[in-house]
Amino acid sequence: MALSEKEIGTLNEIAWKIRRSVVQTTQWAGGGHIGGGLSQVEILVALYFHYMKVDPENPQWEDRDRMVLSKGHGGVGLAPVLAEKGFFSSELLKTFNHTGSLFGMHLDRLKVKGLDASTGSLGHGLPIAVGLALGARLKNKDWRTYCIMGDGELAEGSIWEGAMAAAHYKLNNLTGFVDRNMHCIDGCTEDVMSLEPIGEKWTAFGWNVLECDGHDFKALGEKIEKAQQLDDKPTVIICHTVKGKGVDYMEDKPEWHYGGLDTSMAEDALKSIDRMYNKI
Amino acid sequence: MSEESGLTYSVYDTDHMTPAEIYGHVLAQLGEERKDLVALTADLAKSTKIGKFGEKHPERFFNVGIAEQNLFGIAAGLALAGYVPFVSTFAVFASLRAGEQVRTDICYQNLDCKIIATHSGLSFGTAGSTHHCTEDLAVMRSFANMTVVVPADGIETANAVRASLDRPGPLYMRIGRGFEQTVYEKENYDFEIGKAVTMHEGSDITVIACGPCVLQALEAAKELKESQGIEVRVLNMHTIKPIDREAIIEAVNDTRKIITVENHSVIGGLGSAVAEVITEEGKSCRLKRLGIPDVFAIVGQTDDLYNLYKIDAEGITEAVAEMLGKEVEEDDDWEDEL
Ligand SMILES: Cc1ncc(C[n+]2csc(CCOP(=O)(O)OP(=O)(O)O)c2C)c(N)n1
Repeated sequence: MALSEKEIGTLNEIAWKIRRSVVQTTQWAGGGHIGGGLSQVEILVALYFHYMKVDPENPQWEDRDRMVLSKGHGGVGLAPVLAEKGFFSSELLKTFNHTGSLFGMHLDRLKVKGLDASTGSLGHGLPIAVGLALGARLKNKDWRTYCIMGDGELAEGSIWEGAMAAAHYKLNNLTGFVDRNMHCIDGCTEDVMSLEPIGEKWTAFGWNVLECDGHDFKALGEKIEKAQQLDDKPTVIICHTVKGKGVDYMEDKPEWHYGGLDTSMAEDALKSIDRMYNKI
Repeated sequence: MSEESGLTYSVYDTDHMTPAEIYGHVLAQLGEERKDLVALTADLAKSTKIGKFGEKHPERFFNVGIAEQNLFGIAAGLALAGYVPFVSTFAVFASLRAGEQVRTDICYQNLDCKIIATHSGLSFGTAGSTHHCTEDLAVMRSFANMTVVVPADGIETANAVRASLDRPGPLYMRIGRGFEQTVYEKENYDFEIGKAVTMHEGSDITVIACGPCVLQALEAAKELKESQGIEVRVLNMHTIKPIDREAIIEAVNDTRKIITVENHSVIGGLGSAVAEVITEEGKSCRLKRLGIPDVFAIVGQTDDLYNLYKIDAEGITEAVAEMLGKEVEEDDDWEDEL
C-alpha cells in the first residue's frame, strides 16, 4: 500500500536525524565517506523504517529481510541507521574509526549488530545478495533481499556476473538499488568509465528496471512496492540522487567523496541539513 | 638535488611529500624520458598519486573505472603491444582481487609490467579488513617471474621505481597510504634490487625489516645502543624476491640471532622468506618473526595497530631483549657449516 502523507512525514523526520548523525559520525571518525553516505539516506530509511521486517531485539531472526550494502564504504551512513533503528546505542557511534572500535569505515558483520554482510570491496555485495535470495528460496522462506550498489561500483565485472545469475535464477525476491549520484572518486562516472545507458544494460541482463528520484519517499515507496509485485525477475531501482545531499557545500562535489570535518565545518553542515528540513 | 645520479628529487622533497606523491612525480618524469611508459588505475588516480602521470601524459594514461581485473588484463595487453605499464591501485585489490590476472596474464607471459600498490599492510588502519592487506607479499612472492620490492620510504620508492625500469619483467612494489616518515638522510646510497641495505651496524643481534618497519627497527637499534650498549644490526630487506641470501647468512654467522619485522602477516612474507634461507643453509640460529599474527586485524589508527601487533620500535625493543636473554643451543652433533 502506498505510503501515506503521514508516513512520509515520519520518514522525512527520521532522514533528517540520520543526515545529522552521518555528519556527526564523520566528525567523530576523523573522516569518512560522507558524500555517498548522504546520497543513500532515503533508500536506507525507507527500507529499515518501513519496508524491511527486522527485529532489533533479535538481530539474527531467521525470517528477517536482508540488506547488503554493496557500496560498503557507505558504512558511515549505515551505522547511524542501525543505531536509530535500535540495534545498538547511538552513543557507540562516537567511537567510529577509533582504535579497537566495533566500527571502521567498512562495517564488519561479526561486530555490528543488524548488519547482514561485511562489505567494502566493491562489486562483492550483489553476488552475496544473490546467494541470500537463493537461500531464501531453498528454505521456503519469504524474506526479501535488498542490495544497494554505487553507480561507480557498476564498473566491476562481478556486479554483472551477479546480475546475470539473479536473472537466470529468476530471483523475484531480490531488489537492487543503484545510488545514481553520478560520481565515483576520480570524477563523474561518465568521464571515468561511462555507464549509460544504465537502464538498458540491466534490462538486457534480464532485470525489471524502475527509476525514480532517490530522495523522494513517495516515489521510492511506489517503486519498492512495485518491485514486490513483479514476479518473474529481479528488479533494480535506479535512484537518482545527489552526492553529499543536504550539505550545501558538499552537494555534487566529487572532492567530498571522502572527507573530514572540523567543528565549524560540522556546524555548517548541520545547519545546512536543518535548513533542508525547515528546522530553522 | 643530486645531479650526477640523474635524480630530480631530494631529501627535502621527501620530507615534504609522501612516498606515493614522490612515486607520482618520479613516474611523471620518467614518462618524459620514456615514451613507451603507460600508466593505469581503477578510479584511484588521486588516492594512489599515479594521476600525476596522467596530468602530464594524458594520452598515455588510462583510468578504467572501478574494475581491477579489467585493469590488469588491459595492462597485460598494453605490455603485449610493446608498452611498459605502471599500474596502481590499493594493495588488497592488486594482489587479491586481480591476483589471477597478475599471475596468469602478466607473470605467466613474463610481461614487463610494474605494479605499484598503495595502502598496503595496516597503513589504512581505520578502513578495516576489507582494505587492510597483510597477504600480498605471500601471494606475490609465489608467482614465478615476479620481483617483489618493499621500499622503506619516499627516497627508496623513487630509487626503486627508477631501478625497476632496468629490470624487464613483472615487478610488484608495495607502499603505504602516504603518512610514512622518511628513513634515509640522503638520496645517494647504493640501491640495488635484490641487495639489502645495512642501516645500522651491530654484532649482538640482527633485525631484518622492510617497508615502514625499517624506521621502527632503526629507532629501536639506536635506543638500545644508547641505553644498554646493545649492538643491533639493522638490515633493510627492501627486496623480498629475489631475497639477499648473502646478507641473511652473514647476519646469521655474525649474530646468530635474527628478528624479522614486517607490516604483513607472519605467514608467507619477509619472515617466511628469511626462515627459508636460514633453514636451507642449515644454519643454527634463533629466529623470531614479528608481524601480524594469523588474524584479521582490528580497526584502528595505524600507529596504534603497529604498537598492538608489536611491529613498532617498542615491540622490536622488547623482542630484542627477550631474544638476548636466550641461549642459542650449542649441539655437538650439529654440523653448522654444511
Ligand atoms: C574493489 C574496490 N576497488 C576500489 C575501492 C576504493 N573505492 C572506495 S569508494 C570508491 C568509489 C565508489 O563510487 P560509487 O560506487 O559511485 O559510490 P558513491 O559515489 O555512492 O560513494 C572506490 C573506488 C574499493 N572500495 N573497492
